[in-house]
Amino acid sequence: MHLSVDRPWVAMIAAAMVVGVAVTGAGIGDAQEIYAGAYPQKTGEELYQGICQGCHMPNAQGAVGAGAYPALAKDIRLAAGIYPLTVVLNGQRAMPPIGEDLTDEQVANVVNYIRTHFGNHYKDAVTPAAVKAARRVHEPAQEEM
Amino acid sequence: MNRRSLFKLIGAVAGSAVMYHAMSELGHAAESGYTGPIELKGNPKDASVLILGAGLAGMSAALELRNAGYQVQVLEYNDRPGGRNWSLYGGDKYTELGGYTQDVQFAEGLYLNPGPWRIPYHHRALIDYCKRLKVQLEPFTQVNYAAYLHSSKAFGGKPQRYREVHADFNGHVAELLAKATHQNQLDQAVTREDREILLEAMREWGALDNNYEYKKGLLTSERRGYVSDPGGGLTSDPVFSDPIALSELMQSRLWRSIAAGHIYEFQNSIFQPVGGMGMIGKAFGRELGNLIRYNCKVTEIKQDERGVSVMYQDTKTGGAVRTAHADWCICTIPASILSQIPVTVGAPMKSAIDALYYDSSIKVGLQFKRRFWEQDESIYGGMSFTDQPNALIGYPNTGYFSDGPAVLLGAYTFGVNSFLYAAMSPEERVRKTVEYGSRIHPQYETEFQHGVAVAWHRVPWTLGCAGHWTPELRAKHFDDLCAIDGRIVLAGEHASRLPAWQEGALLSSLDAVRRLHERVLAA
Repeated sequence: MHLSVDRPWVAMIAAAMVVGVAVTGAGIGDAQEIYAGAYPQKTGEELYQGICQGCHMPNAQGAVGAGAYPALAKDIRLAAGIYPLTVVLNGQRAMPPIGEDLTDEQVANVVNYIRTHFGNHYKDAVTPAAVKAARRVHEPAQEEM
Repeated sequence: MNRRSLFKLIGAVAGSAVMYHAMSELGHAAESGYTGPIELKGNPKDASVLILGAGLAGMSAALELRNAGYQVQVLEYNDRPGGRNWSLYGGDKYTELGGYTQDVQFAEGLYLNPGPWRIPYHHRALIDYCKRLKVQLEPFTQVNYAAYLHSSKAFGGKPQRYREVHADFNGHVAELLAKATHQNQLDQAVTREDREILLEAMREWGALDNNYEYKKGLLTSERRGYVSDPGGGLTSDPVFSDPIALSELMQSRLWRSIAAGHIYEFQNSIFQPVGGMGMIGKAFGRELGNLIRYNCKVTEIKQDERGVSVMYQDTKTGGAVRTAHADWCICTIPASILSQIPVTVGAPMKSAIDALYYDSSIKVGLQFKRRFWEQDESIYGGMSFTDQPNALIGYPNTGYFSDGPAVLLGAYTFGVNSFLYAAMSPEERVRKTVEYGSRIHPQYETEFQHGVAVAWHRVPWTLGCAGHWTPELRAKHFDDLCAIDGRIVLAGEHASRLPAWQEGALLSSLDAVRRLHERVLAA
């Protein structure tokens, strides 16, 4: 995640780490190189299991507590690739803009993975080029979770 | 030394200077605005306030409003007071989202603070509440010169003592600056008169000899430590240690861990509650007694010109949705949760609530059979840093020299590594943390007993560790988040400029209480 000047506590922790956290933001200019914290996963499956299942759970059923993480299994909102793509890039409410720390290829791979697994059968793949284009859109996703 | 390597070094030094500067800017150089217990003058005439959330923000609001004569009720999702002010002890059971349950088996008196674990001396509101609630504080060590700095890519993976890296970094930089000064390279920046003072300062700061060199000997061993300490009698000869060569030190990047201890929040003195951070939440909970109703999941928040109605369900007994009514509401529910609850507030506050996602962070507590870090390595409290995904090892700042088991903080990360950690099962997080730690302390392999891992994105009642603000988000939403909307006002660390700090939660709450009280008196 990108750190900012507004989060001294995270910046402080980051400063305390030799490597391990991707840091950008004022005052820590070369941090991306310093705290080389890129996600190593490549395939959609690796990315889902390495990152997404932390919240959406291994079976993509989501979870419910005081609030909830939505299920991605059999999710009709995945029908248009641009929707998950936009959410991954921009975040939405509790969802962080995780795509900021992923390459275009990684974003495409993980979006395509969830759209073709867990009971989803959307075969029209999202391309890295589409990810690149969508990155220019900064408005948060408008649709409801 | 050639010109290029000088530039390289100055670049490194300037880099950290720039960083310090940035840090002090972000560190909010002014001390906490807290000047003592809040005084709420005037009669609220039995006005009622419903407070959502029994964390430090909610409970401090409840305490002050009750004392001022308000009718107060608190609804809390958990079955305990404290919220993120929380310690896990032996016998506790913790179930994260996804249903992963951990039975905490720490020995008696041992604990993990999954959330906050230190209290800077200038966090005056928090310290004052500890005093008022008789929560005993003890010193927390941030910088320990005997602890390790570790890089898997330097020194063959062998950890270096902080004091060695610290002394050598200062020494080499001082020597370089002295050289540059002698070679008149700093003449534009330093007057002739200041030149001598600078040289003297470099000698003292860096432990340089009379030739302004940082060299193996008594002076430098008195900073970085000895191979063999001075002793008594016939075996008293000290054996001096060899400084790390400049290039190797720079390349190792270990110097990066030095800056953290200079930061305002991490400077001495720092405190922790005796017995775990959760002692503060417990003390608030005792003080408020049955004003807090536990196991309440808020499902809707409504307001009109007459009052506020909050719908909630009892998570233990289930059953019908209940409704609580009050004239006013202080809502401390994290924005990550609140954004999912229907709430009648205007568009500006709703947009602000929806704009915050919550950051990822993880902590892993490991219990070992004995305090090998103390017994074998003379590390008493403080923390070691590593380039591995666990990021740091925090040693217990209490119970020094005791026999028997102890719990240390085996991992504390943000960002990429904490996302990766969160996607693992709790058992896997513990296993990886033991694996990483054993490269710094080989004793892990034989002494490890039990671990507990908390990933904040899987905490059912926060969905993350703290609200994520950026300068852009602040400019756009912060005032709207904090403003009173009709009969509802928000409070918590997310409604403060000290995000993730308990002090921020308290100051936000006191500010909300003050404004609400004015509104009530004016009504």
